[in-house]
Amino acid sequence: MSVFHYYVVAAILFSIGAGGFLLRRNILVMFMSVELMLNAANLCLVAASSSFDLARGSSFALVSIAVAAAEVGVGLAIIIAWFRLRPSVDAGDLQELRG
Amino acid sequence: MEGLIQTIVLAPFVSVALLFLLRRQLPKSAAAVIGCSAVLVPFLCTVAAFFQFDGTPVTATLTQWMTGSVLNVPFAFRLDQLSLTWTLVVTGIGFLIHVYSVGYMHEDPSFTRFFTYLNLFVGSMLCLVLGDSMVLLFLGWEGVGLCSYLLIGFWFDEEENAKAGQKAFVVNRIGDLGFLVAMVLVFKQFGTLNIADVNAMAAAQAATLDPTLVTWIALALFVGCCGKSAQLPLYTWLPDAMAGPTPVSALIHAATMVTAGIYLVARMSIFFAMSPTASTVVAVVGCATAFFAATIGLRQRDIKKVLAYSTVSQLGYMFLALGIGAYTAGVFHVITHAFFKALLFLGAGSVIHALHHEQDAMRMGGLKKYLPITHKTFLIGSLALAGIAPFAGFFSKDKILGAALYSHGLPQLLGVFGLITALLTAFYTFRLYALVFQGEERFGHGTHGHADHGAHGGHGGGHGHDHAKPHESPLTMTFPLMVLAVLAVLGGALSLPHFAHSDLLGKFLEPIFAPAYAVLGAPHEHTVAQEVGAMLVSLVLAIGGAWFGFSKFSEGPGKQAEHSTKGLPFLLENKWFVDEIYNVLVVGPMRALSHLAGFFDRLVVDGLVNGVAGMVRSAGGWIRMMQNGALHTYALLFILGAAYLAIVLL
Amino acid sequence: MEPELATTIAFYVFALLAIASSIGVVANKNPVASAMCLVATFVAVAGLYLTLSATFLAAVQILVYAGAIMVLFLFVIMLLNLSHDTFEGISVRRTMGGAVAFAFIFISIGLLWGTGPAPGEAMSVRPGTGLEIGRTFLKDYVFPFEMASLLLLVAMIGAIVVARRPKLVGGDR
Repeated sequence: MSVFHYYVVAAILFSIGAGGFLLRRNILVMFMSVELMLNAANLCLVAASSSFDLARGSSFALVSIAVAAAEVGVGLAIIIAWFRLRPSVDAGDLQELRG
Repeated sequence: MEGLIQTIVLAPFVSVALLFLLRRQLPKSAAAVIGCSAVLVPFLCTVAAFFQFDGTPVTATLTQWMTGSVLNVPFAFRLDQLSLTWTLVVTGIGFLIHVYSVGYMHEDPSFTRFFTYLNLFVGSMLCLVLGDSMVLLFLGWEGVGLCSYLLIGFWFDEEENAKAGQKAFVVNRIGDLGFLVAMVLVFKQFGTLNIADVNAMAAAQAATLDPTLVTWIALALFVGCCGKSAQLPLYTWLPDAMAGPTPVSALIHAATMVTAGIYLVARMSIFFAMSPTASTVVAVVGCATAFFAATIGLRQRDIKKVLAYSTVSQLGYMFLALGIGAYTAGVFHVITHAFFKALLFLGAGSVIHALHHEQDAMRMGGLKKYLPITHKTFLIGSLALAGIAPFAGFFSKDKILGAALYSHGLPQLLGVFGLITALLTAFYTFRLYALVFQGEERFGHGTHGHADHGAHGGHGGGHGHDHAKPHESPLTMTFPLMVLAVLAVLGGALSLPHFAHSDLLGKFLEPIFAPAYAVLGAPHEHTVAQEVGAMLVSLVLAIGGAWFGFSKFSEGPGKQAEHSTKGLPFLLENKWFVDEIYNVLVVGPMRALSHLAGFFDRLVVDGLVNGVAGMVRSAGGWIRMMQNGALHTYALLFILGAAYLAIVLL
Repeated sequence: MEPELATTIAFYVFALLAIASSIGVVANKNPVASAMCLVATFVAVAGLYLTLSATFLAAVQILVYAGAIMVLFLFVIMLLNLSHDTFEGISVRRTMGGAVAFAFIFISIGLLWGTGPAPGEAMSVRPGTGLEIGRTFLKDYVFPFEMASLLLLVAMIGAIVVARRPKLVGGDR
């Protein structure tokens, strides 16, 4: 197997994640799409790390997993808080950022 | 020793910070204690430093300021004979005047603000005097200018005062330009701004330095001194500066700040010694100022204005001394002048205080009965200013005149003018003394309190008092008067004539002026006969002038009570119309130019700026539509942007 | 079976599984089903890590993603009672989003072409093992490592503060 194959899989995963983020309005599903994209990025890192004979990429992937965990924790907390304010998970209802 | 120097410089600034931060919480008594001790501590430190001082200059570095490959300016303070002398004068007299201010300002609602400014002034002045580089000196120079502005306009609710402050500030800026030019020239030539290094280099390269450059440096420095020390043609701000509270006039506009110019010339004396042209300019300007200001002083009615013009005149004497190479005599006169002029101003303040802010000498008279201490001390101050033996002013003035009279050529002529000025000085001093303290009482009727009245809690707060009976000032005010009176009597002992072989000050300052004297040649040793001759002549003139002034006005102002309308008296009373001439020749055109510039600014510059702003605003209005708050739009744009960046960058 | 061949087969299996289940995440109407598909994706990606012999990372992936994060997701879905259908209709913007996402696949593949070792070159190194990662973290990247733990702590506190009932905070709404 070559590293290129992994890149292609990562690219497809990332694009699906990006598409999900753009298409879906359910904020939870959008969040899951973000996780998909993060995973794709991690996959890239690990594959590159193997091909360059360096453990750094894998280490960075580990840090990235930690960041993802933190992000999910805070993000879901925000969703809960928001849901309490207005019982909807439709991102279309989120208009408070309007300038 | 380093610790002492650091304390000297930092104490006033610490107090400024304290007073400023706690201005609402501190009661007046606490503010007074903090304000006074912030000057007392440096004074005691200076005295301690004086006794530890062994003749070698000491440098204390606080911290770095500018560091670079070309310019290196630390916050370093250098104590040598000259700065030690000045520091003693500044902190000593400063402390007395602070104590005096406690009494003088005690009813003012801005009491704490006053002490904040006063301490800031003392701190800046110490920075000026002790700074080891020209940059630090300039920092203090500007700092004292700022404080002068703030304190002249201390009662800024009167437009007159605010305007006087502005005038002082603007006129001083003209002089500062000269200082800056000198600084740049020095840096270009020597590559450093450390004063000791510059002086050493200049002395070492005396033979090879371009004389034109030296002259330009010296002249540019002198322009700065003209502004700060109120010399022709930039003296006009000092009489107006009397709008400030009287302790300010005593401290800043008589005893300390205005002598900064003398200090600078003395500090950089090597440049003046190497340039005969610059020295001649200094001497001529000084002498002309001395004479000119003395003539104006003859006919002034305002007690503080008379003293202000006499200050300008005495400063002229000091520059005359520096210009003819009698550096020690100039510094000596600075010290004695600080004693007796502070005394006179504080005495005037006491009089003004007692008369509820009446400043017109025509409406005083007979006060010796009511203000015994003020009267005696004021008389001592007047005797010292008039140059009558054995008071301090006699010795210092005589040193200057002696040095001028026994030289050759132009300085000798200047010395003759100096003698005439001494006569005029004695005359107007005793005219003032007689008008204020002798004769019949002319106060208590008519209008009151036209200028200096803010000290009594805003507008004319003192009017409720009984006008008929002026009373002596409290001890906080009379104590400084008495101390200064003692100094004005004994100050001459610092530097007795040569034949007494007791020139303490001259010996002390010798290392400072040695390089300059090496260039100029040692100062003349006069014979005893010459010295006594000069002394007798100046003493006779002083006594004559004093007697004439006293006898003419001891019964009252006579026909001077009315404003004169023609001839020389008219010109003198209106200060030779210099202010008016300046207004027409300088201020008017400047104002027209600024109107033109203002018009251009409004039409073109503002138009341009507003146009750009309007464009941005409307563009923003359009782009704002994009910020619709929908998460998806942002995400789409974000991903498109990321894709674009990926394509471009990879 | 040769190890080489086994790896190749494993790669394709996991890759297809990952792609299929990720499409499931995005396309499912029911958020619970989406979450289940996401678990499958995570597991598949862990399998891909295994084919790269990043054993430690594979374990972490299963533990953190499939374990912790997914449980969190499911909890929130249950908490908010969101199991009902929420799929939305088709709009211009949505079509555009789909097109962009689709284009992104090709863009990224095109960009990746030619990077790294030439395609087809076999990979022999196994740097993703726990030993190597531990060494890297504790020798070269101690500071980032500590920062990551600090970040997790902050996130934990932040999540608690944000999600707490407003009454307890003092009710500023």
